[in-house]
Formats: sequence, C-alpha cells, structure tokens
Amino acid sequence: MRNHLISVAGLCLVASGALGETPVLTVYTYDSFVSEWGPGPAIEAAFEAQCGCDLRFVGHGDGAALLARVLLEGARTEADIVLGLDTNLTDAARATGLFAPHGVTAALDLPIAWEDAEFLPYDWGWFAFVGRAGGEAPASLAALAATDLKIVIQDPRSSTPGLGLLMWVKATYGQGAGALWAALADNIVTVTPGWSEAYGLFLEGEADLVLSYTTSPAYHLIAEEDAGYVALPFDEGHYLQVEVAGIVAGTEVPDLAADFMAFMVSDAFQSVIPTTNWMYPAVVGPEGLPAGFDTLVTPAQSLLFSAPEAAAIRDEALAEWRAALSQ
Amino acid sequence: MARGPVAIGAPFARWPGTAAAVLVLALTLGTLAAVLWRAGGVGWAAGDWQVVRFTILQAALSAALSVTLAIPVARALARRRFPGRGLLITLLGAPFILPVIVAVLGLLAIFGRGGLVNAGLGALGLPPLSIYGLHGVVLAHVFFNLPLAVRLILQGWAAIPAERFRLAASLGLPVGRLLERPMLRAVVPGAAMVIFLICLTSFAVALTLGGGPRATTVELAIYQALRFDFDLGRAALLAAVQFGLCALAALAVWGLAVPDRMGAGLDRVAERWDGAGRPERLADALAITLAALFLLAPLAMVVARGLPGLAELPPSVWRAAARSVVIALASAGLAVALALALALRGGVRATLAGALPLAASSLVLGTGLFLLLHPWVNPATLALPVTALVNAVMSLPFALRVLAPAVARIEAGHGRLADALGLTGWRRLRLVTLPRLRGPLGFAGGLAAALSIGDLGVIALFAGPQTETLPLAMYRLMGAYRMEAAAGAALLLLALALGLFWLMDRGGRGDAAA
Repeated sequence: MRNHLISVAGLCLVASGALGETPVLTVYTYDSFVSEWGPGPAIEAAFEAQCGCDLRFVGHGDGAALLARVLLEGARTEADIVLGLDTNLTDAARATGLFAPHGVTAALDLPIAWEDAEFLPYDWGWFAFVGRAGGEAPASLAALAATDLKIVIQDPRSSTPGLGLLMWVKATYGQGAGALWAALADNIVTVTPGWSEAYGLFLEGEADLVLSYTTSPAYHLIAEEDAGYVALPFDEGHYLQVEVAGIVAGTEVPDLAADFMAFMVSDAFQSVIPTTNWMYPAVVGPEGLPAGFDTLVTPAQSLLFSAPEAAAIRDEALAEWRAALSQ
Repeated sequence: MARGPVAIGAPFARWPGTAAAVLVLALTLGTLAAVLWRAGGVGWAAGDWQVVRFTILQAALSAALSVTLAIPVARALARRRFPGRGLLITLLGAPFILPVIVAVLGLLAIFGRGGLVNAGLGALGLPPLSIYGLHGVVLAHVFFNLPLAVRLILQGWAAIPAERFRLAASLGLPVGRLLERPMLRAVVPGAAMVIFLICLTSFAVALTLGGGPRATTVELAIYQALRFDFDLGRAALLAAVQFGLCALAALAVWGLAVPDRMGAGLDRVAERWDGAGRPERLADALAITLAALFLLAPLAMVVARGLPGLAELPPSVWRAAARSVVIALASAGLAVALALALALRGGVRATLAGALPLAASSLVLGTGLFLLLHPWVNPATLALPVTALVNAVMSLPFALRVLAPAVARIEAGHGRLADALGLTGWRRLRLVTLPRLRGPLGFAGGLAAALSIGDLGVIALFAGPQTETLPLAMYRLMGAYRMEAAAGAALLLLALALGLFWLMDRGGRGDAAA
C-alpha cells in the first residue's frame, strides 16, 4: 500500500514536471540590456512567441560584474545562458569550465574572423573618442596626445571600455604603450569608475572628448535628433568590442538554451540591437542597418587581441598605465 | 524589550544590546571571514602600499578640513536665531545623504571646467581652475562631510546647559574658555574620526575627481579585486587592512577625547549673552552665508538640471522610488532600534560594535553575505530585506553617535531620580528615557532613512529583476544615454532623501524652538 502511494506520488511529480509549468530559461546579462530602453523587452517578447517558454533576463551590473557574479555562484548558478561578456573576459570565463559549446554556425558580419566553440557574438562596436561636431579632430592616439584637448576615460580596473582603451593603446603602440600613456596624461581630465560617469561628465562639458563607441553619435542622431556629436576616426585603427553569449554547461534546459543561441543570431533578435543597445548587430538582416547608421565613421582597420592574448597582456598593460598616470 | 530580571545598578537589561552587537559583528567581521574562507588564502599586490598611503592622506586632510570649517559654522548656528534657521539646518544636511554621482555632478556644475566658478574666472580674464586631483577629492569630501561635522558639533553646543551660559554671563566669565573649549575637546575628536573613517572607505569620489590612478583608494582596490580579478584573497586582505587602519584611527581618538563632564540642565534652549558685539555678529553671518553658498549652490544645480527630466521619468522609476522609500523606512527603524539597544547597554564593547560598520567595506560585506546565503536560498528573493538590513547596519554608527551621548546625558541627569523611584527596564525607558530622546531619535532615524535611500552598494549585488531601487534605476538611465531622465531621477532622490530626513527630524524635535 505504501509503495503504491509513493509510486502514485512519483507519477504525479513526473506528470507535473512534464505538463505543468512552462519551462524557464534564465539569461544573466548586464543591466543596460534588461532596462526598458535596452534590447531585453523586445527580445523577450519575440523569443517567448516562438519557444513556449518563460525567458527571464536577470541584470547584473556591467560585463565584468556579470562574470564576477557567475564566478561567485560557480556550478550552482541559476543561469542557463550568460550574455554580455567581451573578449577581455571570455578567457577567464572559459577557464571556469562552466560553459558548454554553443553548436551554432552562422555567417557573422564581424570586421574580423571569428572562431569560438563556446562563445557566440551577438553584437560589436568600435571604441572611439566622441566629441562635438566641428571641434578639433586629431587622427591618431599620438596626435590626440599632442593636442590640448581634454578627455575623460574610464578606469580599466573597473569598466570594460576602460579596459578596451588599454588594449587599444597596447595593440597600436606595443612597447611604446607606456610612453603614449605618459604623453596622454596631461589630456586626461579624469578617470571614472564606469562608462555612465564618463559620458555624463562629457555631456556636462567637463571634457572635449570621451572614450565611447563609434555608434554613440547614432544615439544622439536617432533618439534625440541631434547631429551635433561625432566619433573621431583614427587612421591607425580602432579596437573592437565583441559582445558574446555562452551556454552554461549545467543547464537543465539544454535544448531551450540551444534554441536561444540560434535565435540570437536570427533577424528577430539582431534587428533590435542597433537602436536599443547602440551597437552593430553580429548579423545584418535583410533590411540593413537603420537610417542614421550610414552617417557613422567606419574605421579602415579593426584591432582585437584574441581572448588568451588579452588575458596574457592585461597585467603588464595595466602596470604601464598605472605607472604613466601616477607620475 | 528589557523586562527580565535586572541586576542591581543596571537600569536596563543588557541582552538587547549584546544581541545587536553580535549581529553587527556577524555582518562585518563574519562576512569578511566568509570571503576569506572561500578564497583560501590572501594576496598582496606591489602597488597596494601606495594605495594605502593615498587613502590615509586624503581621509586625514578631508577630516581635518571638514571639522575646522565646521566649528565657526556650528558656533554661529548655535548662538544666532533667525527666520528659516531650522530649514537651513535641514538643507545643510543634504550633501551628506546624496548619492555620490548626484553630488559630484552638482559640484562640477559649480567647480568644474564648464562650471560657474570657471565661467566667472573666464569673464575676469583669469585662468581656469581644475577640480581634478587630490584637492578635488578633498573638496568633495568636505562638501559631503562638513554638514555632518556641523551637526555633530552643533549638538555639542546644544548640550551645554542653558544655566551655564546664564551663570557665565552673570559672573562675566569667558564663555569660550570655560564652556566651549571643553565641549569642543570632547566632541571634535569623535567627529573628526567619523569623517576620517567615512573618507577612508570612499570609492567613487576619489576615483571620479582624483584624476587618475594616483587617487586609488583601498575600497577601489577591493572593487577591482572582486570585479575584475575575482581575487577574493586580495579583496579580503585589503578589507582587513581597511579594518586595521580604522582601528588605529579609533585608538588614536580614544587617547585624545576627554569625557564630557558638563552635567545636565533643564532641557531648555540656551539663551546667549555672549557674541553680541558687531565683529562677532559679522563673523557669524559670514560663516553661515559661506557655508550655505558652498553647500547649497551645487544642490540648486541638481534641482535646476533635474526639473526638465522629471516629466520624462517612466513608471518603472516611480515604482523603484516607492520601493526605495519602503526600504529606507524599514532600515531607519532597524538602525534606530539597534543603536538604542547598544546605547542603553553602553560600555566599550557596545561602542566598538557600533563603530565597526564604518570600517567595513560594503563590497566585501555584500560579497560575504552572498557567499553565506547562496547555498541556502536564491539571494535575489532576499534582495529587499537584505538591503534594508545592510543599510541599517551601515548607518548604525551615525545613529549610535547621535543616541549614545544623549542616553548618557539623560542617565547622568535623571538616572539617580529614576533609581530612587525604582524605575528600571521598559518602564524607565518609556517614562524617563524615550520622552527626552525624541529629538535624537528623530535625527538618527532621519539620517538612517536618508543614507539608506541613496545607497547603491549592496542592492547592486543582490538585485533581481523586480527589485530595482531608485539609485539603481538612476544608474541604469545613465547607462542607457538617458542623462536628462537620470537628472530627473537624481532630483527625485534628493527630494525623497531630504523629505524623509526632514519629516523624521521635525517629528523628533516636536515643537522645540531649535
């Protein structure tokens, strides 16, 4: 009798698991992705319309905070997918062994070749100094250092764009990176903890230029109808930020996670990116880019360290930066 | 509350205070131990000594300057009566409770490259001043902490019994030497230490206005270790160093401070006969005007910039604001209860426990709590209660600094009578202590509520999708290029923080003429 009861209870549990609640896919990402002005809401609606599931975005600070969160939770993480790391972070993420192959093959519209079994890009952008139209416009980092222009940058120890600039300088000047930083020191008004503070200071008139993305003027043009902002093209090339997502190996819904990764490079996801995340989509759809993106500068040369290279040179580059700016 | 058997000579049961101290200990040192345990070892980087040096230097300068400037302002406010004085005192408290980035943008609107000061200098053909560097960090810290110093010292003045001033006046004795100097000697070291400790754990001010990696503080190094290197060992060691520095500072103050032997008066507003001469009146007017200009002009800029953005605020920001108010009220109630328990228990251990959160790194505290909770529950489901609790503990030192001297004064003045009447425990609290403690309770609660509403620290680590608070919403607006809406949210935050503080402080002061 008792055995019978237990097996009935067991059957009920199995049945409720199979027929009851809709499956949940939890995606950890950064804050601005989930905000109501970010891509999150539109993408959630589009994916839920086709998956018969509940897609939950959970925002955790910025990209670096996101990785720290995953590391903190370890194998017990509730995330099925982590979306929002960049190539400066993927090496550390991969080393945890928490991520599984994504299994997606897609023709990506990236300015560089991309090959990564675990991490799949969903958007990308070029770092650039952004200023007001009609201002002085040096054409390289060295030329910028020679001017009296005032710039605001982010701290590479607490923000992903700050780390991007560190890599940009290293990729362009190699052994001379320390000297470039020393030359740039008198241009730097201040170093902020994150992108928001730097961009805020720039808009307040505290600096002529701010480290941001070539796509930043598109925001002012499209959302504010203000054509007064430009990104400065540097002929020595611009460092890339490629934002990627990966499947957590311990997920309980692997099929759903794989579906999401395929969805991520489809038009329904990608067409939302340009005017919500203000980055270039990893796959340009049949409609092309939104009006206004054609006015943006497109650098002739793209710079990017591979994830292992970036991880290997980070400490040295950070020490050079620190030494040069601490004088 | 304290209803159980009470030892002879102890008017209040000790266990509520002991329980509060244990809770604080668990949240500060316990979370540090959790991080250390998970890390399995400690690490120290080569540049960390320079970081420690800068941290101490800026904190010492900020504390010294804040307190030095606060003395004339507090003295002027203590001996002058003018219309709007109460409102001015409330407004002067605003910088202390503002979220850092709001205050920094307000300061920049005045002192920045494109600010009013440089516009004025430019009009006069003078070269522009730069706010960025050590002096900028100190300027911002003085902006934040001058109001706190003024309030703490003003309380010292208010605590001098009116009878003493009357006596001094009738005997023609120098008020400064007899009454004010002993009071300052008792109050100033403590105020300076609190501000030193606040500045010691500063992070965003030092980074934004410091102008570069020279201005790295220990808290920033902890942030870096946690966020970018995921080096828990280094974070734990740095947090331990921060505790050590704070302990040294506290010990130093212990040696300096002398106990307040002023005795009790009759709870009256002091009428002053000194300082009636024209030079004193001029000096007082000047001190009040300069302080008001320095503290209120940046706030006025926050208001001016925020007004257009208010209309743009989406409904989610209003919901976040409501959530923040609830957290702030819960956190204020908790902070005041903890502080009262510690103040009634008294003794060195309670005082130490009450000061401990000042030395804690909120990042390490949050991380440690996360590590402790994560095996048992999903931390996101506890985001709001945890935020209220941590905010309460972080504002406990301020609440205790307000309540402890007041409780001690009440005991000194009325304790013997209460003993003679056999009043102990809850009845003594209700009949003797609480009625005389209304003012300090309101001030402490208002401070805790305002500090909690502007806090971004812990919620950022715990927040799930439905638990956004107002400061977090403001940062998310900034992160989405919505600077104007963010300015609106900043204004809302300023209004809510000040409103909560004002309501509680006013409620506490009742109809006292102060």
